[in-house]
Amino acid sequence: MPETSAIVLEPTNNFLSFVQSHTGENITSCYQCGKCSAGCPTAYAMDITPRQVMRGIQLGLKDEILDSSAIWLCVSCQTCSLRCPREIDIAKIMESLRLFSQAEGRPPAQREIAVFYSAFLQQVRLFGRLHEIGLAITYNVLSMHFFNNIKRLPALLTRGKLKLVPQRTKGSSEVRQIEARVKELERKSS
Amino acid sequence: MSRIGVFVCHCGTNIGGVVNVPEVVEAARHMPLVAYADANKYTCSEVGQASIRDAIREQRLDRVVIASCSPRMHENTFRRTVAAAGLNPYLLEISNIREHCSWVHSDSKDATAKAIDLVRMAVAKVARHESLLPKQVGLTKRALIIGGGITGIQAALDIASAGHEVVLVEKEPSIGGRMSQLDKTFPTLDCSACILTPKMVDVAQHPNITLLTYSEVKEVRGFVGNFEVDILKKAKMVDYVKCTGCGTCWQACPERIPSEFDMGLGSRPAIYIPFAQAVPNKPVIDIANCRYEKYLKWKETEEGPEPPQCRICEGVCPTEAIDRSQKDEIITEKFGAVVVTTGFKTFDHSVYGEYGGGRYPDVISSLELERLMSAAGPTGGEVLRPSDGSHPKNVVFIQCVGSRDDKVGRPYCSKVCCMYTAKHAIMLREHDHEVQCYVFYIDVRAGGKDFEEFARRAQDETGALYLRGRVSQIYQEGKNLKVLGEDSLIGRPVEIEADLVVLATGMEPSDNADLIAQKLNISYNTYNFLIEAHPKLRPVETQTDGIFVAGTCVGPRDIPDCVAHGGAAAAKVVALLSQDSLTTDPLTSIVDPMKCVGCFACKEVCPFNAIDEQVTRDKRTIASINESLCKGCGLCVVACRPGAVNLRGFTSQQLLSEVLTLVRG
Repeated sequence: MPETSAIVLEPTNNFLSFVQSHTGENITSCYQCGKCSAGCPTAYAMDITPRQVMRGIQLGLKDEILDSSAIWLCVSCQTCSLRCPREIDIAKIMESLRLFSQAEGRPPAQREIAVFYSAFLQQVRLFGRLHEIGLAITYNVLSMHFFNNIKRLPALLTRGKLKLVPQRTKGSSEVRQIEARVKELERKSS
Repeated sequence: MSRIGVFVCHCGTNIGGVVNVPEVVEAARHMPLVAYADANKYTCSEVGQASIRDAIREQRLDRVVIASCSPRMHENTFRRTVAAAGLNPYLLEISNIREHCSWVHSDSKDATAKAIDLVRMAVAKVARHESLLPKQVGLTKRALIIGGGITGIQAALDIASAGHEVVLVEKEPSIGGRMSQLDKTFPTLDCSACILTPKMVDVAQHPNITLLTYSEVKEVRGFVGNFEVDILKKAKMVDYVKCTGCGTCWQACPERIPSEFDMGLGSRPAIYIPFAQAVPNKPVIDIANCRYEKYLKWKETEEGPEPPQCRICEGVCPTEAIDRSQKDEIITEKFGAVVVTTGFKTFDHSVYGEYGGGRYPDVISSLELERLMSAAGPTGGEVLRPSDGSHPKNVVFIQCVGSRDDKVGRPYCSKVCCMYTAKHAIMLREHDHEVQCYVFYIDVRAGGKDFEEFARRAQDETGALYLRGRVSQIYQEGKNLKVLGEDSLIGRPVEIEADLVVLATGMEPSDNADLIAQKLNISYNTYNFLIEAHPKLRPVETQTDGIFVAGTCVGPRDIPDCVAHGGAAAAKVVALLSQDSLTTDPLTSIVDPMKCVGCFACKEVCPFNAIDEQVTRDKRTIASINESLCKGCGLCVVACRPGAVNLRGFTSQQLLSEVLTLVRG
């Protein structure tokens, strides 16, 4: 953590209780062994490790956690959750932290990842399933990496791996209903 | 002429793999006085031992050399072997050709030559061996226990229940020790008094136990089975035959003195029992603080203003039990065994200037918190800040105060602090749900049954925030305390505003533990913890036979360990006292009365106090060896200038013949 100023500990840790109640995970039980961080395939790129994320929550360092790149670089591979000796679902907590960060309108520390998530959901919203070319174009434009992966396009097209015209699923309206329901639940819980 | 038998052991390949055993046997056959030599694959096996017994009978051997492993390994085994064949067991010499030869050499030729030399030396020595007979001495079937804490109580009850008499000496007016000061005990949160006081009462009521409270051991003489101990019985100024423990006197006494039992947080009168469940439940008069005793002292000199006479206790006592004629008294008792259970005190944290050096009233020790939490304590069990009597909400605990700290000369771990701090965090939350606890720790050492689960409970269920690091400073800011430390897990300094800071002070031996050890002639380490005979295999014995140690006087340990330790010491004492006589090892020093000049250089060097003075018929004072105390170390032999002292089994003549054989080739 680049920050070195003193942490002034307050008797009530709202951030800890908030995260615990929303995830149902007992974060106080983390004893900081670091097995999550040692096994994490993306920890090398994170600003703070998953262990430090857990400690930050225990200490109530809300801003530093929600603004960290770590929560965005987590790819939800669940290695940490599977291995945690204290049975904490760390991947679930990481996912929740991304949601909390978005709900507060914080600029994501890894903008491209947030952009990718929204581009993905937009495709699902439109067609009930993923349209790869649509996702690629939306992501490249929004992330301003206009020529990202452009070299792979001819090979993917000639082998019929990409469909130019989007296909709709039969249940696209149900998928939209699912999304609406999730939104409603999120509204209620926050 | 002796007929010596030599038996060389292969020890599988341990010896045989390096030393050429047949060559050693062949060489032995040609040594002077050797009548027979043979080899065995494993001499210690039943077959090997039988071959020795047969050879002794068939070859009419009168002395035996066994070339094998270290005598520490099998000397006793082989002594029994030769004794079974009718030889005196001390007509045996072990030649160590394993640890001293085959294990430390790789060259077979050299190792074989060395083995032959070693055997030749042993042959030369055993030729001068004499038959030795162990002696029998009687013993007193009584045990003395020094210290009436939980360890001493357990040992006393166990020895007494086995049918032996026990005298329990305690320097305070009541038994119970440190455990009686505790509120609850980890990890079960049993009420300490509830589980301790029944045992205290058992001690008082046991027909085999004599309780000597307010008493101290002054001097110890004698040896295993036959100790003679001077015990100082301090004047209690109360006749315990007449006293009924009604409590009228201590309620009436006008004097108030800070209570030692309550760590100075409460007060007590000058005639007092330390706590309500004290055993015996009868008071003593604290002479240094009693008003009338002060008046009597003043009257001797009449210096300064006249203090008031008081004598209220005498006036109110319904049984006229106050007896001011009592004087300190020394009694002498005989014992067969002694158990030392002198216990511990907590580290004095005032050496830590950065924690206030004792200046801040709201920085307290963990034992003080125990008294504040105890329903029988000075606040009736309500945890109140010493400064203003308010309820603390933010409580910081600091672990390892006076433990794991070279700076204050206490590098060891006190073992119990992690667990009692977890207990405090859990209990403070039970007392008051608004309390937030912070615990600064270095490691949480929770080794023990249900301990880890208990330590986790403090964090998971009571929400105590554990911070890995040592606090660097505490300072007063307004009414509260500012605590500065680092959370080394996240690598950043932390600041906490605390209402109360509790220092987990470590364990150190009680005052005068070193003096008691000196009186008993047992060892102690640099911190004054007593040293056991072997840290793993002889944990309650000492280097002095008949003296046992148990509990926290040996090192930091918790209540379950102390109870087990006290029971272990009791088992050793019972085993000793169940014998009708004690057999002494005959390998002791002897004094030649004709050569001794009475300089007593031997007495100065003897580590076992085994040298006595003796007056001969021609009125010379000479040294004599107490064979029960002598361990056969041989220091006296070296110290004796006229060469009057010899060590049986290792006489100067025997050792010289070994050396001469070696140098003459």
